[in-house]
Amino acid sequence: MTKQRPSFRKEVERLEAIVRTLEEKDVELDEALELFEEGVRRLKDARALLEESELTVKRVLEAADGTLRTKTLDD
Amino acid sequence: MGGLDLFSATTPASPEGGWSVLDVTRRARQLVESGFDRIWVRGEITNFKSYRSGHWYFTLRDADAQVRCVMWRSDNERLKTSPEDGTEVFLEARPTLWEEKGEFRLTVRRLIPTAAGGLWQIQLERAKAALARDGLLDPERKRPLPSYPSRIAVVTSLDGAALRDIVSVIGRRWPAVDVWVVPTRVQGETAENEICVALDRANRLENVDVIIVGRGGGSAEDLWAFNSERVARAVAALEVPTISAVGHETDVSLTDLVADARAPTPSAAAETVVPDRAAVAGALDAIARRLGRSLTNQLEVGKERLQRMTDRLTTAALRHVERRERRLERLAAKLEALSPVSVLARGFAVARDESGRVLRRVADFPPDTEFRLSVSDGDVRARTLGGET
Repeated sequence: MTKQRPSFRKEVERLEAIVRTLEEKDVELDEALELFEEGVRRLKDARALLEESELTVKRVLEAADGTLRTKTLDD
Repeated sequence: MGGLDLFSATTPASPEGGWSVLDVTRRARQLVESGFDRIWVRGEITNFKSYRSGHWYFTLRDADAQVRCVMWRSDNERLKTSPEDGTEVFLEARPTLWEEKGEFRLTVRRLIPTAAGGLWQIQLERAKAALARDGLLDPERKRPLPSYPSRIAVVTSLDGAALRDIVSVIGRRWPAVDVWVVPTRVQGETAENEICVALDRANRLENVDVIIVGRGGGSAEDLWAFNSERVARAVAALEVPTISAVGHETDVSLTDLVADARAPTPSAAAETVVPDRAAVAGALDAIARRLGRSLTNQLEVGKERLQRMTDRLTTAALRHVERRERRLERLAAKLEALSPVSVLARGFAVARDESGRVLRRVADFPPDTEFRLSVSDGDVRARTLGGET
């Protein structure tokens, strides 16, 4: 139907996990740096998702054969 | 009662035998009261007035006629609220005539608003009981709503205020979503069926995180489809968390009871369903700070470890050097013992010629030869006097 938006929830969950690992565990320095870099990358993505202001509104239609499709809503 | 008999028996035939006004109205009342049993009547209330005595006076009317009504305090005090003008009601009443005014009126015993009352109320209670029996009202059934939905299905009318409100609130708080509207009529005879079909469609959509079902405010009659047992069961059958938002603050519908969450209005449902962008930006900042701090801490831990290693290494190296130094001292002492300088100190002397060669034999000393004699604190110039002694 329509392409799936990147999941903000997944970004935030992974970020939380990264921060917890760095906070609680004694990780090797190169692993810590890798996690940090991933964290920074995901923060950037999450912020970009927040900035995205395009709300899409569609209506759902059912075809005669029972399949569902979406159509842009005319205001 | 012998009203008719009385009337016919005493009808005044001449002006002299004329009745008082009260005679007329009293006999008219007897006629009216004997002509009706207690009746149910349906109409709309106007000119409602509650007197200080607690008695209610109003007019009941429909398209064709109207009649004055009174409801005594002893009867109306059982009701929770007084009706407003325009309320459509069922009245259980007794027709009578107010003798003093010659006014025909109904004495009302019971008053039930048609919307909340009557058969509908009974039907609602039955539906609720049936849902409860099937466990559909159990609090354990309630699922938590997702924190960050990406796709929201909205089951409502395309041209209602509800959809406009929902879209506007989501657009302001959290625009990073798809809102998929599954249109349906939300009032009228076909609404019940249409809402069930729309709910089933919403259930078949892919990757929907949360469903909002509802409509804006309206009369109790307008909201009625959301009190239907069929619609409530269709809501209960939804596979993703659902929020029900029907009407205004005070309206609670059957769908509210079976949904995972209830919102007092469609706008409130939208507020509940998506987080606030500004608040989440703040939360991201907090995560960023924690991320930075945690890395600094990790580096700090690494640095400390390095420092400890350096310290141990330095200590070990120093100890090693000290050991070497002591050994060197011992060797120096030994060497000292063997040195020719120490031999000289004991009183021996070394003779060398001009070139520094050590003169060991008599033959090395021809007469009148200059040579140097090294003693413990320096050299002395010397000369041989003669041959062997």
